[in-house]
Amino acid sequence: MLEVKGIQNGIVIDHIKAGNGLKIFNKLLSEHIDTPVVLLMNVDSKALGKKDIIKIADVFDIDLDILGLIDHNITVNIVRDSKITDKRKANIPEEVTGLFNCINPRCITNSDAYAVPKFKLYEMNGSAEYICSYCEEITKYRL
Amino acid sequence: MSQVRHLIEPEDFTLEELMQLVDTGLSIYENPSQYRKVCDGKIMASLFFEPSTRTKLSFDSAMMRLGGQVLGFSDASTSSTAKGESLADTIKVVNDYSDLIVMRHPKEGAPKLATHFATIPVINGGDGGHQHPTQTLTDLITIKRFKGRLDNMKIGFCGDLKFGRTVHSLIRTLARFGNKEFYLISPDELTLPVSLKRQLEKQGVKLIEVRYLEDVVEELDMLYMTRIQKERFFNEEDYVRLKNTYILNRDKIRSAKEDLIILHPLPRVNEIAIDVDTDPRAAYFEQSKMGVYVRMALICKLLEVGPYARG
Repeated sequence: MLEVKGIQNGIVIDHIKAGNGLKIFNKLLSEHIDTPVVLLMNVDSKALGKKDIIKIADVFDIDLDILGLIDHNITVNIVRDSKITDKRKANIPEEVTGLFNCINPRCITNSDAYAVPKFKLYEMNGSAEYICSYCEEITKYRL
Repeated sequence: MSQVRHLIEPEDFTLEELMQLVDTGLSIYENPSQYRKVCDGKIMASLFFEPSTRTKLSFDSAMMRLGGQVLGFSDASTSSTAKGESLADTIKVVNDYSDLIVMRHPKEGAPKLATHFATIPVINGGDGGHQHPTQTLTDLITIKRFKGRLDNMKIGFCGDLKFGRTVHSLIRTLARFGNKEFYLISPDELTLPVSLKRQLEKQGVKLIEVRYLEDVVEELDMLYMTRIQKERFFNEEDYVRLKNTYILNRDKIRSAKEDLIILHPLPRVNEIAIDVDTDPRAAYFEQSKMGVYVRMALICKLLEVGPYARG
């Protein structure tokens, strides 16, 4: 049994679907964080069977919108002095700005630096589908 | 002026405002001389990053008939865009040279981006395959003139429904006016985009997709033709196989209603045989004429002059 110590201060991103932990780490965390980070993969979970967990020391602020886009089952625990002081759930955001690109190659957001891709939640069709505020094409967010 | 209004998509105006524009356009058509000075001293910038005949010239004509002046370009290669200037910078500069901007751009959403940098009204004169709201106004004024109403019609759209931005804008607007059933006549390759179909179906609109015009022509009160472009097909064989299927000729409208109207946003290449032009149901040249009057009404509305003057 592999044992990883809890963190004293920081956040624990829990209930990540097994396999998504590394993707979240690569996409969202690797460049921006310079404090200790632990990525646990394929941990036993009652709810999910297997899950991934990410622990980040000394960071308290994380964009729940991004996590919600990836997997709305994700929970984020805020840890202070080794105690969980707050528990937040990642929600599927109603509006998303700049987090992903429009799939329409003719959309202005794919060719003009001033046009930051902006979407509104359109439908939950398996995964979240977003409608582009510029060209109205529907983009399905994929990690 | 109160808060600046733009026309980027037909939904920027309420149904009441659209009706009012159509009625104002019809009043101008009846008596144009009354309006010949309402834009005296105003300048319209006409920024066409992509070629256009009707939209550009009808806007220019509309502004001139209102007594205003026009500046601009009709080809991006003759503007600073060719030197690499961003759209935002072009708009910021032109904003200080004029009172109103009309723009056409190949990128979808470009006019919406322009509104972020303009303090004067911006009109979308067509953005890629996305929207063409002033063609919709042109279509609406023509329908109102010939049919006397904008609702309760059986409407067929024929040809390229995938890339035809005029179709996209019009079908959404006619659905807002309460038309809940549309016949979509196109080859498999050029059907209405799935995203638009889903939006319409969410609003309770029934879309009946057929391959041949002859199957439904008897039902229709209005037939909206569009051009099938060769470059839309993956191979020439498919184009050759299908192109004649979507050419309208006198034979195909033999069984159509007497009060059917046939519209086309033009330019036409060969999708309507010229022998249809003399059929009383052909309204497409009247349609392009009406485009000037409804654009005159739109300019007045956005500049708050003439029939839209405040106070």
